[in-house]
Amino acid sequence: MIDNFGKTGTLVVLSLVGAWLLFMVIGPQLIAIDYSFRPLLPLRKIGGAEDIYTLKNYLTLFSNTLHRSVFIKTIWSSILVTSIATAVCYPVSFYLARVARGAKLSLMLMAIVVPYWINELLRIFAWQLILSDAGILNQLLMGLSLIHDPINFRAGNSAVILGMVYAYILFMVFPLYNAMESLDQNQVDGARDLGASWPTIHWRIVIPHAKPGIAVGCIMTFMLTAGSVAAPQLLGSPSSFWFTQIIYTNYETANWNLGTAYSEVLALLSLLFIFIMLKLFKVGLKDFIK
Amino acid sequence: MSTSDKVLGWITHSYLVLFFAYLFLPLVFMSIVAFNSAEIPQAIPWQGGTLHWFHLLFQDEVMWEALLNSFLVAFAVVIISVPTGLCAALLLTRLHFRAKNLLYALMVSPILVPGIVLGISTFLFWDAQMNIPGGLWTAVMGQSSFIVSYCMLLIMARAQRFDRIQEDAAFDLGAGHGRVFWKITLPFLKPALISAAALAFMQSFENYNTTLFAIGIEQTLPIYIGTRLRVFISPAMNALGVVFICLTLCGALVYEFLRRKEAQ
Repeated sequence: MIDNFGKTGTLVVLSLVGAWLLFMVIGPQLIAIDYSFRPLLPLRKIGGAEDIYTLKNYLTLFSNTLHRSVFIKTIWSSILVTSIATAVCYPVSFYLARVARGAKLSLMLMAIVVPYWINELLRIFAWQLILSDAGILNQLLMGLSLIHDPINFRAGNSAVILGMVYAYILFMVFPLYNAMESLDQNQVDGARDLGASWPTIHWRIVIPHAKPGIAVGCIMTFMLTAGSVAAPQLLGSPSSFWFTQIIYTNYETANWNLGTAYSEVLALLSLLFIFIMLKLFKVGLKDFIK
Repeated sequence: MSTSDKVLGWITHSYLVLFFAYLFLPLVFMSIVAFNSAEIPQAIPWQGGTLHWFHLLFQDEVMWEALLNSFLVAFAVVIISVPTGLCAALLLTRLHFRAKNLLYALMVSPILVPGIVLGISTFLFWDAQMNIPGGLWTAVMGQSSFIVSYCMLLIMARAQRFDRIQEDAAFDLGAGHGRVFWKITLPFLKPALISAAALAFMQSFENYNTTLFAIGIEQTLPIYIGTRLRVFISPAMNALGVVFICLTLCGALVYEFLRRKEAQ
């Protein structure tokens, strides 16, 4: 029985948590996994002799060259977005955690949170207005006579990557900020008094202390980027196909089997990334989300 | 202050200015477009100011329907996620057993996998197994699956600081389990419960990835925005963006006002 809860209390707690895990977490996952191991069959053949467990859907990821290259590109681009976001947010988080004080600090924190209350799709759409052929950037460059014809900024992956860094920056700033805030100022002052340079202080004191925050920020950013649907839909060009778009296409054409197999691959990829980050930064799942 | 410190300070400040420009300029451009009378969404060339796009947006019945759906779904998600998150938090902070770490990992897993994974599995679970076709109910289920985890973490952070002696004292004075829970435990957790409800509402209202796959043919506001931005782009979406920005700024001002009032 749960401490101080009595029989009824314990029963209520266990049944609510049980219902959540069973109907929303474990049940749906088991169904999806079941689908992912079955072949795509016409309705009349489902449950028949051909409806057996197979690895066919998962193997398609390797045999279909388009799917394989999109998958690898998605991983690579997500790592790139995560790295850029870390580099961009590190100085900002450091400033917020160690330098800014009082009203200025709360104003800056507010200024970072406020854009995130605006719908993700609209935030990404704003970049479409900047980067499109008739967009602000091209108009500006042509107005300054720097170029004659509009540059297609949306060719390739750069627009998608830029939009994603913009869309998920908050998930990097706050974990870094939280981790750096708990650093003891005496450690920094001590190192300065002993003549350490700023790069040394960051490398030897701030970064080791901020490890759990860096890990959490990277995990959230990578997961959101690899699983992003809106940014590639709105900013992408035909050449910047994203793995989620392949899943969406299969979902739309009701190929649940391939769709679930690929979505399980995406889930495994996220879990693998978490595992690598936790090992790399030597932090446990417990320190992990605060 | 030495010269190198001055240079460092100057670099830091320029960097911060650039960072905040990066954060806000896209939103400024988006707002300008909402008032430009050009048919295609663009900020320049300026073709004269208009409120036509707001008018068009407010006349769009599909938008109002999607907005209503968003409120219904968010309301249901809050009703489900806050109590369930509370129970999960109490279970983890009070029960001691060997498989606790494993259970914890299972309970946070929904926020660690992409939303699309939750969306597809939720849709298939209800549609194919339970014969409930995709719609608002499956959207609520899909969103709650991970929003419960967020609520749980928020409530756990406060529940860990709870001093159980207060409860024991109440028992000694003859109070029953129910009374102790309502009069002592719940009031202590109240701030965390309010934050959890706010977070759950925002998360649900904003959610695109999970909902897109779980909801079938129905629409919430983000799904409506997604469809409109992909199929037929009109400055009416910029007008919607301006509405969002205004509401957000009002929210921020109210929050700041309440914070200052409390600080006094």
